[in-house]
Amino acid sequence: MNILVCISNVPDTTTRIKYTTDQKEVDYSGVQWIINPWDELALTRAIELKEANPALIQKITAITVGKADAEPTLRKALACGADDAIRVDASGVDSFYTASQLTNAIKDESFDLILCGIESSDFNGAAVGGMLAELLDWPSVSAVSSVNIENESVKVTREIDGGKQLMETGTPSVLIVQKGIALNPRIPSMRGIMTARTKQLKVVPAVEAAAQSHILTFAAPPQKSACKIIDAENLDELARLLHTEARVI
Amino acid sequence: MSVLVYIENRNGKFKKSTYELVSYGSRLAELLGVGLNILSIGNVADDELKSLGKYGASHVHRLAADMSLDDKSFASIISGLAAQTSAKVVVMAHNLTGKAIAPRVAIRLKAGMVSAVNGLPVLVSPFVVNKKSFSGKSLVQIEISSAIKVITLSQNTAGMVEKPSNVIVEDLPAVSIYPATRVLSTEVQSGKVLLSEADVVVSGGRGMRSPENWKPLEELAEVLGAATACSRPVSDEGWRPHHEHVGQTGKVVAPNLYFALGISGAIQHLAGISSSKVIVAVNKDPEAPIFTAADYGVIGDLQVVLPKMTEAFKKLKSGN
Repeated sequence: MNILVCISNVPDTTTRIKYTTDQKEVDYSGVQWIINPWDELALTRAIELKEANPALIQKITAITVGKADAEPTLRKALACGADDAIRVDASGVDSFYTASQLTNAIKDESFDLILCGIESSDFNGAAVGGMLAELLDWPSVSAVSSVNIENESVKVTREIDGGKQLMETGTPSVLIVQKGIALNPRIPSMRGIMTARTKQLKVVPAVEAAAQSHILTFAAPPQKSACKIIDAENLDELARLLHTEARVI
Repeated sequence: MSVLVYIENRNGKFKKSTYELVSYGSRLAELLGVGLNILSIGNVADDELKSLGKYGASHVHRLAADMSLDDKSFASIISGLAAQTSAKVVVMAHNLTGKAIAPRVAIRLKAGMVSAVNGLPVLVSPFVVNKKSFSGKSLVQIEISSAIKVITLSQNTAGMVEKPSNVIVEDLPAVSIYPATRVLSTEVQSGKVLLSEADVVVSGGRGMRSPENWKPLEELAEVLGAATACSRPVSDEGWRPHHEHVGQTGKVVAPNLYFALGISGAIQHLAGISSSKVIVAVNKDPEAPIFTAADYGVIGDLQVVLPKMTEAFKKLKSGN
């Protein structure tokens, strides 16, 4: 069984976002790049599954859509334990563009399972995984918080509104994963970092795909007005303000 | 031409967010000068469907199918009706279902898609919508250039406007489905206010000090009819279940009132709560960053403040 993990290269989640002066682009100068947190958990789970059953899972491939500056992030995925990596040489425009590039890049490969994080922490599109599944005409399960593989059967837990479901899906399938899928993200070992240098990182050219949406402008969210401090000895005042001033209770 | 809104039900009943979605669809259809079609999947009685008329629904399509469909089948039903009704815009809620199915619907309709849209479009021609990016740290305006558009709406961003209409319910013929995914078992939390639906959320952080201290927090939540939540360190420590984790990698919530109790306010936590209407923070550290995001703050020890706060709200609720 071969597993593909889709990786998005995103600014570290503590980054303060700045823009170019015309507000049309993000100013990425000085940004630290990381594996999108959900993708990092997906990768971690794939590695755990392979370690638990190396006879069943032959290969884990990490893929990203990005220019050469995304390669350190892919190398990190290799250092964590992915066996090889693919970079589609393109800058993402919208979810459709990215999903189309992924679909094309893997058309001659044989993957049994694709894991995608449920969204990326930069543009929060929450769409690439579902679009990829539809373009491939594969089944998908979303909001997956655990995955186990028994023979050819893939058992997953997905969150539903107000509960969870245990589900079974076959191969091939796309699993769109969220928190819980792995406890702590895998941190590369020194040996992992050394071997990552020699692992294969294939670069695939972009294909023509028409983006269907694009960002016009960025803006900072409106500033909150100052916090009103209430005396800890006078909490009736807090209740009163929430009732009469904020009108939320 | 029309706007198609897909709505969900829980045990045959609609929730507030459903009416918000219908009201949104009705106003969007008016802006575009087209009709409105609603699709409901599941066993929902006529009266319940007719209640949607209060917010402008006129034509409701009911598919009385089992709701445990797989994502592909769901997408095929929604895109099928979208094609049949010449939908220009398909609207779904930005929740677990919307995230799972809207991308598939978009591919099927060759439509551009934007998720987690805030409120009505800024412009309809070209079609420009607002959404948050970088997990709430930035606001963006996005143009969708395709002829058909798919959007998912962020909860609590559009409000509700009454527009009484007569509702016609039309039953859709049953569809044959060969699901590739199978539900083996379902576990439902009982008797609790759902975090995704709650008007008030009471959330605890590491400042609560230990899982045993959650009792007073739950008492406050009970008095306020609130859902309980927590910060990431708390769920990572196993003090509370993962589904309660609010923040960038957990749940993004948008209640009317959010209580951050013993939560310092890391940027990742703020990303999950920035859409809340009013934030109340309690922390013993007056320098905690949570106070930059909060509307009301109390500086003090939770062990002392929390029970007193519960008493104050009890008093308010009982009218004394």
